[in-house]
Amino acid sequence: MMYSEKVMDHFRNPRNVGEIEDASGIGEVGNPQCGDIMKIYIKVENNIVKDVKFKTFGCGSAIASSSMATELIKGKTVEEAWELTNKAVAEALDGLPPVKMHCSVLAEEAIHKAINNYRENNGLEAWAMKTHSETIHEHVHGN
Amino acid sequence: MNTKNVYMDYAATTFVKPEVLKEMLPYFTEKFGNPSSLYSFSNDTKKAITEAREKVASAIKADKSEIFFTGGGSEADNWAIKGVAQAHKNKGNHIITTQIEHHAVINTCKYLEKNGFEVTYLPVDEEGFISLEDLKRAITDKTILVSIMFANNEIGTLQPIKEIGELCREKKIIFHTDAVQAVGHVKIDVEALNIDLLSMAAHKFYGPKGIGALYIRRGIKIDNLIHGGGQERGKRASTENIASIIGMGKAIELAVGEIDKESQRLIGLREKLVKGIMEKIPYAKINGPVGDNRLPGNSDFSFIGIEGEALLLDLDFDGIYASTGSACASGSLDPSHVLLAIGLPHEVAHGSLRLSMGAGTTEEDIDYVLEKLPAIVKRRREMSPLWEDFIKERERV
Repeated sequence: MMYSEKVMDHFRNPRNVGEIEDASGIGEVGNPQCGDIMKIYIKVENNIVKDVKFKTFGCGSAIASSSMATELIKGKTVEEAWELTNKAVAEALDGLPPVKMHCSVLAEEAIHKAINNYRENNGLEAWAMKTHSETIHEHVHGN
Repeated sequence: MNTKNVYMDYAATTFVKPEVLKEMLPYFTEKFGNPSSLYSFSNDTKKAITEAREKVASAIKADKSEIFFTGGGSEADNWAIKGVAQAHKNKGNHIITTQIEHHAVINTCKYLEKNGFEVTYLPVDEEGFISLEDLKRAITDKTILVSIMFANNEIGTLQPIKEIGELCREKKIIFHTDAVQAVGHVKIDVEALNIDLLSMAAHKFYGPKGIGALYIRRGIKIDNLIHGGGQERGKRASTENIASIIGMGKAIELAVGEIDKESQRLIGLREKLVKGIMEKIPYAKINGPVGDNRLPGNSDFSFIGIEGEALLLDLDFDGIYASTGSACASGSLDPSHVLLAIGLPHEVAHGSLRLSMGAGTTEEDIDYVLEKLPAIVKRRREMSPLWEDFIKERERV
């Protein structure tokens, strides 16, 4: 398996690793059975993602995708962060091998969950999660 | 950039020893004559092949007429299983194997299942051993073949081959063993062990890749796998891979000659590695047996909270080359079938690491691994939500 230099950089030196004590929202996706769990913490102030941290159990591309996704939403409005697609994460990493695309899907889903968790914590209605990514995940993981 | 090169994947493949290569070289350029040709020019190659066959035979206490060269271990496994199934299908359609075989055996059995055969996959205990009672119970009057690996490639388990051989002999069932990981590393006597068919591959004992052999006990009926010319006494067509056959002969001769000394040395290195890892890494788990019934150079661990592919990438960065049973490293859905069969939960199997040692492994290599690995595990665990949950759970108890 060949990873791009960007993937290796974000795997070796992941950005935004850790937790946020007083997070506005937390999103966790994946399961240990599949070998990947991603947990993203966001701190929102004035509708801006002021800070974001992650913890990930998973392979090289799962860790790199988490790192890149957190970089891409930091400082953005909540609406902008919601628009981040798995494709954008993969592109920012100069591509992922086809069997690893679901790692970028996990990153997108974790962010969506964190944002909805923030919205619910603040009495707002959760936004509808995209469904296309589910099929990518199933496509890669079978069943 | 790192300048170390610590190869810890001898179970995957070995280098070709210089003495082996030296013996092979003339057979590419000067002594290239086709052994099937009548002219005297080919006499050298004919003679050399016979000598190599004798070396392979003597390494497992067989007769040279019982050794057939193949294109590797997978071909030998395919031939043994399909060949016996075809030749004995009128007697029965039942085959017994285990859940932890190499894919060359498992996928051949699955293929036969699609073609009218029934296969029992024996379970194993937490160290990877089959139970003789299970084997006894699985045998029916339709059973024509038992295929059980000598040594497991992932967790090093050495099966009770002698007892399995005795039982099969008593029940008059053909016994095949995939000994690809064992030949050249543990002593094998096909007579004493009652083995009828045995697969081996040269690249696991410092010979070249793409060459192996199947031992077929005299009198065992088996159909051909490769049809064609009359090579290998009409049993395996294709012009002989002369240089590789010579290399395999030399390699097995060297390996068997130093088997006691080298296995003692490797066991020493392995024990040092295991001890160091268990001391330095919290909640490390040894996969496979502890003690004598294990391949000398094999060690396998699980580190809860981290995933194997990430571990391999980090080790690679430090110049350490190893392998894992994690699904993410292979691109498949599930982690290693061997680790699941010994009862590991998926997440623990995903965090497995195999470090296999061989002729080039030194004390310094072990020290280097023990210096680098604990820091890698610690760092990756610190960013793992699974590890966090595991530790919280521990603290609660």
